[in-house]
Amino acid sequence: MNALLAAALPLAAEAPTSVSSVTRDANWFLENVWIIPLLPALSFLAILFFGKRMPKKGAEIGIAAVGLAFVLAIITGFAWLDHRDNFDGPLAESPATGIEPAQGDKLEDPTASHEGDDEHAIAVVSEDGTSSADSVALTADPVDDGHGEEGHAYVAVQNSTQWFQSGGIEFSAGTLVDGLSVMMLFVVTIISLLVHIYSTDYVGGDRRYTHYFAFLSLFTASMLFFVVSDNVLQMIVGWELVGVCSFALIGHWWEEKPNSDAALKAFLTNRVGDVGLLVGMITLFFAAGGGKTFDTLSITNTINQGGVSHTALVVAAAALMAAVMSKSGQFLLHTWLPDAMAGPTPVSALIHAATMVVAGIYMVARLYPVFWEGMQIPGSSINLLATVGAVTLVGAGLLAFVQTDIKKVLAYSTVSQLGYMAMALGVGAWTAAVFHLFTHAFLKANLFLGSGSVAHAVHSFDMKKDMGGMRKFMPQTYKTFIIGSVALAGVFPFAGFWSKDEILTGTGGWGILGGTGGPGTYTFHLAMGMIGAALTAAYMTRCVYLTFHGEYRGNDHAHDDAHADDHADDHADDHAHGDPHESGPRILYPLYILSGFSIVIGFVNFPPGIALIPDGWHERFLHFVEPAGASYFPGVGHGTPSYSLAIISSLVAFAGFGLAYRYYFVKVDNLAKSTGQHLTELPNGLVTTRGWARAGHKVLVEKYYLDHLYTGIIAGGTKGPIAKAANWTNQHLIDEVVDTAGRTAVKTGQQVYARIDQGVIEGVINGSGRISDATGEELRRINSGKVQNYAAILFAGAALLAGAFIILLAL
Amino acid sequence: MILNQFLLLAAALFCIGVYGVLVRKNGMLVLMSVELILNAVNINLVAFGALTDDVGGEVFALFTIAVAAAEVGIGLAIVLLMYRNRRSIDLSEADLMKG
Repeated sequence: MNALLAAALPLAAEAPTSVSSVTRDANWFLENVWIIPLLPALSFLAILFFGKRMPKKGAEIGIAAVGLAFVLAIITGFAWLDHRDNFDGPLAESPATGIEPAQGDKLEDPTASHEGDDEHAIAVVSEDGTSSADSVALTADPVDDGHGEEGHAYVAVQNSTQWFQSGGIEFSAGTLVDGLSVMMLFVVTIISLLVHIYSTDYVGGDRRYTHYFAFLSLFTASMLFFVVSDNVLQMIVGWELVGVCSFALIGHWWEEKPNSDAALKAFLTNRVGDVGLLVGMITLFFAAGGGKTFDTLSITNTINQGGVSHTALVVAAAALMAAVMSKSGQFLLHTWLPDAMAGPTPVSALIHAATMVVAGIYMVARLYPVFWEGMQIPGSSINLLATVGAVTLVGAGLLAFVQTDIKKVLAYSTVSQLGYMAMALGVGAWTAAVFHLFTHAFLKANLFLGSGSVAHAVHSFDMKKDMGGMRKFMPQTYKTFIIGSVALAGVFPFAGFWSKDEILTGTGGWGILGGTGGPGTYTFHLAMGMIGAALTAAYMTRCVYLTFHGEYRGNDHAHDDAHADDHADDHADDHAHGDPHESGPRILYPLYILSGFSIVIGFVNFPPGIALIPDGWHERFLHFVEPAGASYFPGVGHGTPSYSLAIISSLVAFAGFGLAYRYYFVKVDNLAKSTGQHLTELPNGLVTTRGWARAGHKVLVEKYYLDHLYTGIIAGGTKGPIAKAANWTNQHLIDEVVDTAGRTAVKTGQQVYARIDQGVIEGVINGSGRISDATGEELRRINSGKVQNYAAILFAGAALLAGAFIILLAL
Repeated sequence: MILNQFLLLAAALFCIGVYGVLVRKNGMLVLMSVELILNAVNINLVAFGALTDDVGGEVFALFTIAVAAAEVGIGLAIVLLMYRNRRSIDLSEADLMKG
């Protein structure tokens, strides 16, 4: 059967059939991860229907569901650790076109029940994991030997079932579990859990409290659904669901126009990228799926084995690139992301750390062969993905300097860090990108929740007007924020250091200063990464100074409602005046936990070659997450890190920190103290004295004029002519048609009334009335009231019928 | 067996019964005429039952007799009430159903 199907498809004939690195027969927890997204999805419904009647207004349902999902994600994680090293069960056979035997069976036996197709027993015992050693050898990477000794084949776990069938194409739904999805499950559930707990305090007393928790649950469910998808169709569904939820949560306080505008902007900007996503996925479906399957692993397998033309891959990669640019806030389409700060702060934390924006990065990581081949990543020194990432990284880092809103600083920081991830993927440093996603999730959630804690106390996000000196009032928040900042700035040995260094190593530029290179030689990107490191350290220093150091500026002016108050009014009145104070435990404990992670989480992926670390501790993250040697993953080489690079990047970060420190902590602080004024910048700094600096500052304040370009030129430029054309069409074409139709209808109606209604129909009705009247007049004579008359008629009738009967019989 | 004589007898009885029902003014006599009609039918049923050697004819006749008994009970009650209300059982006077 398989052969028949293969012959029917030209692609199948060309592409080699091979054993894919996937099994359908593994640990129960790995096979049944669908439960994890299901829990928050059910919680969404439960909160919607019963939330208002619960004692805690639905928050407890959300926390319980996400908590349970988190526990399951942990168990799944441990199951994966065991599976990664010890799995020796049967692999699922999968031809490169991805036509599964399940389909063949279906054609043979159309009467087969659907239950029979669930988890179709197609696992065929074949060569053991060592068969994939070939592709390991292809990586031509000496470093691989380091973990090659552990040598166990990387086998993903897939569990899919038929969703529906249409036009001979089987649409399946299922889960795919490998290191990447397990990592995402862990990140999403833990951040979401902490955000849920934090929110019970932060949005406490809000007018749509229950609604808020319902959408948090749905948001979490959508992202979990997205990361466990085993086919690209399901990924699109998850992707869009995430977009819808972000729309609802960014616009949570939609009564104020800017908030609903921000939500719309986020949604519409993402729609631009979604077109790219659809085009890309459809291209993949036809080019790599043989027009038969959406299955992610089949598509990546086929591409990885060279079964797809380069042109198709370039188209697909470019289209998907648009999707990444909008969803993951890459340069040109990143403008929605800072505006999305209009939502409640915990939502921003969730969006920026675990869900939404990392969806784009995850999608690239999941469909990596498309970009690997389509963008020609290996052996090159420039490509679109890496360059967009690099530009984003520096461009957004610069924008962070001119923000006065603490959340916008963090938003641009996120854009910048996403630029790092995109750049890392672009230069072939897959693991570095995913690792940076992992560490960044914790430290950015830490920073966002910290900024929320401050804003909760001062009822504003404006660093220059309402903050300053907060370390005295909020010592705990201050400590956690500092930890997050140094981790983000990449200070040894905090989390950001390890992942950022790995990205820089992965670029392979400058011969990476003594180490050996990654897949390509991306010198330009290494330079941009270095600049980004300096910028990150500098803008975080500025942010910390303006928020926590200097004198408290919140009492300079009366608090009034004009401020961007993040709270329901009744809550704000409690302590609108006087000094701010430290937040409660439900805000602080998530901060402690996240700052703990920000310190240690980088240790999961020590680079090889550090003598002080025990041997078995190196590159654990890489070992468990990267599908090295798997049939659906390209042979990604790894750069060898060198001390010199680590030291130089640290020095660069310290230089950024030093400059910012000198400006804010020394110059501004001294001037403020000596004059007794509240200063946030030097009155005679470069920006005020030098023309070029003022021009540069203006460009940054105007956000590179991108918003003007989009709303003014592109939207405005198309809106006018379209409106005019529409008006003309309306007046001259549509109105004409409508008028003519109306006039004709009136005339027809008049004729119909006069002729048909009055003449024919009235005549018929009156006539029948008159006839029945006359008949009744005659018939009533028979109705004498005498029983015997009736009987006579009855007998006469019976006699007549009998006579007729006899005549009929005789005939 | 010759069927004709039974059928002729039944037809004669039927016609007498119909005549009585249609022309008699006395309610009692009309009821008796109805009995004649029913018995004409009974004769037919028994005759055909005997012809086809089927006991069903007799059984149906018995049913008819039982129904006739009930019918005559009701009929006599009506006639009795009529007499009580009008002191007459003349059917030509009973024309309340006139339309």
